[in-house]
Amino acid sequence: MSIHQTSFVLSVEDLTVSFDGFKAVDGLTFYVEPNECRVMIGPNGAGKTTVLDLICGRTRATSGSVRFKDQELLTMREDQIVLAGVGRKFQTPSVYEDLSVFENLELSYPRGHSVFGSLFFRRDAEVKARIEEIAETIFLADLLDEKAAFLSHGQKQWLEIGMLLIQDPELLMLDEPVAGMSVAERKKTAELLNRIIDHRSVIVIEHDMGFVEDIATRVTVLHQGKTLSEGKMDKVKNDPKVIEVYLGH
Amino acid sequence: MQSDRKTRFLTREEAIYFGLLAAVIFLILPMALDSFRLNLFGKYLSYAFVAIGLVLCWGAGGILSLGQGVFFGLGGYAMAMFLKLEASTPEATAIQSTPGIPDFMDWNQVTALPWWWEPFNSLAFTLVAVVAVPVAFAFIIGVAMFRRRVGGVYFAIITQAIAAILTILIIGQQGFTGGVNGITDLRTLKGWDIRSDEAKEILYFVNAGLLFACLFAAQYVRRSKLGRLLIAMRDQEDRVRFSGYDVASFKVFVFCLGAAFAGIGGAMFTLQVGFMSPTLVGIVPSIEMVIFAAVGGRLSILGAVYGTLLVNWAKTTLSESFPELWLLGLGALFIAVVMFFPNGLAGLWSEQVRPRLRKLFAGRGAGATPPAAPVPANSASAPDRPAAKAAAE
Repeated sequence: MSIHQTSFVLSVEDLTVSFDGFKAVDGLTFYVEPNECRVMIGPNGAGKTTVLDLICGRTRATSGSVRFKDQELLTMREDQIVLAGVGRKFQTPSVYEDLSVFENLELSYPRGHSVFGSLFFRRDAEVKARIEEIAETIFLADLLDEKAAFLSHGQKQWLEIGMLLIQDPELLMLDEPVAGMSVAERKKTAELLNRIIDHRSVIVIEHDMGFVEDIATRVTVLHQGKTLSEGKMDKVKNDPKVIEVYLGH
Repeated sequence: MQSDRKTRFLTREEAIYFGLLAAVIFLILPMALDSFRLNLFGKYLSYAFVAIGLVLCWGAGGILSLGQGVFFGLGGYAMAMFLKLEASTPEATAIQSTPGIPDFMDWNQVTALPWWWEPFNSLAFTLVAVVAVPVAFAFIIGVAMFRRRVGGVYFAIITQAIAAILTILIIGQQGFTGGVNGITDLRTLKGWDIRSDEAKEILYFVNAGLLFACLFAAQYVRRSKLGRLLIAMRDQEDRVRFSGYDVASFKVFVFCLGAAFAGIGGAMFTLQVGFMSPTLVGIVPSIEMVIFAAVGGRLSILGAVYGTLLVNWAKTTLSESFPELWLLGLGALFIAVVMFFPNGLAGLWSEQVRPRLRKLFAGRGAGATPPAAPVPANSASAPDRPAAKAAAE
C-alpha cells in the first residue's frame, strides 16, 4: 500500500482517539483517491463524525497519522488545514444568520483571510461573478440579498455547501448533507452533490442508503471506531457482518 | 436596500445620523452650555471612546470585556505622567527634599525618578504611549486568552479581575503612581495652561475631533469584510474557523482596537479634567462603561455616544440631588435595558420610532387612497424589519 501513498489525496493510518479511555476511533486506516467519493456509514456512535473532526483538526488525535497529499494534518491548526484544501460541512446547517446569502458566500471566498487582508478586502467584479456563479449552482441565485436567517432548512444546507464550493477544496467532507430535507430537496441535493463531486475527492457521512448508492464510489462501514467493511457498495451490502450490525436493522 | 451590493462607507441614512451627531457635539452643546458644563460634557465624551470600542468588541464581536477601564486608565496615566513631569520642574518643587520629581514621590521618600518615568519627559513618546501601551497590554491579554479559546463569561470575569489587580497595584505602589489619589495638580501642556476656560474649550473640540476620527475608523471596520467576520464569529465561530480564518487573531485585533480607542479617551480625560486616578481604572468604571454602550445600543457606534452622554448627564444631575440613589438607579437602568431594550436606544429608534416615521411619511405620500393604506403598510413593514436591523448594526 505504502508504495502508492503519494497518489492518494488522503491517507489515514492507524488513527486513534481516546476520550478518557473510551476509544471513539480505534486504529482506523483508510485511503482516499483523487476524485473518489467515499461514503461512511455505520450505526450511531460508530465514530463517523469523530473521524471528520479528527481530519479537520476539530478534535485532536491520540495517535496515528492523517496525511493530505504531502502534509501531516494532525499537527496543523484548523484554519491552516482549510487553507491547505480540506473543506468541512457540519451536520447541522452552520450559516451566518445575521448576514445575507451573498455575504455568507463572500466570507468563504479564498482571499483576504488574514486580519489586514480582510480589513482591506475589496468586493470586486471577480468576487461578485464567482459568488453569483456559485449561487446559481446551489439554487439560491434569487435569494442573494436575503438574510440567511430567513432561508429554509434545506436552503441553509445548500448555502453551507456553496460556502465550501467557493473555497474550491480538493477534499470535501460532508456530514449528513440530506438529513432533515424534504423528498424534493433531497433529490435536488443529490443532483447538486453529483455535480460538485466531479473533480474533487469527497468524504460523505450518510444514513440514507438510496442516496449512498447514488453517489458512492466506495463505502466504508464503521463500527465501534473500526472499519467493519470497505469496498464497492454491492460488496459491502452483501457482507454478512455489515448486515448483522447495520443494514439488518 | 443594498441590491447593488456595494460596500459603501456610509449609506445616505447613516450620513444623516453622523451629521446629526456632529451638529450636536460641534454646534449645539458648545452654544447651549457654559464653559463649566461644556467641560463636563467633554469628560463624558472621553468615555464615549471606550463605548465605541465596546460596540466593536461586544456588540459586533461578542467579546464582553469588563475591564475597559484598564485601557482607559493606561492611556490616561500615560498623559498624566507627562503633564506631571512638566509640572514638577526643580523650580516649582524647590521646597521638596528632592526637587525635580513629582510631589507624591517626594512624600513617599522616593529620591530619584524611576527609569520608566524618564521617557515620559517627551511629548512625542507620550502620545505614542497613550495608544501603544493599552494596545500592547490588550495584545498580551488577547493572545493569552483567545489562543486558548477563552471566551464568553470567563473572558468577562478575567478582564474584570485584571481591572481589580491593576487598581490594587496602582494604589499599592504609591511612591511611583500617586496611589489612591492618583496623579493630580496637572497644569500645563508644553507651557500651555490647560486649566483656563479657553484651553478647556479648545480641548473639548480636540476631543470631539478625535472622537469622530475614532467613529470613522470604527465605521470603516464595520463596513469591511472584517466587520462582517466579527458578526459571523459571534454567531458561528466554528464555521468561521473552518472557512480558513484564524479566529483568535481577529479577536485580538478588535480587542486591541477597542483598547486603542479607550487609551485615547483616557488621555483626553486627563487633559480635560486635570487628573488621573485609580477610581477610573477599576471594576466600577469598567462596568459603567459597558452600561453606557448597552443603554446607547451595543450594535450602534453612534448609539454608544448618545448612551454615554445620556447616562452621564443623568448621573451628574441625579447625583447632585440624590447622591445615595444614583447607584441604585444605574443598576435599575442596566437591568431595564437588558430586559426590555436589548439593543438600547439605537434599537428603540430603528425598531420602534423609525418604522413609524416611515409609515407616517408613506401614509402622507399615499394620502389619496387612505382606506387601502393599512393593508400594504402592514405587509410592507415585514421586509422593513431586517433593513431596520441592518441599519442598527
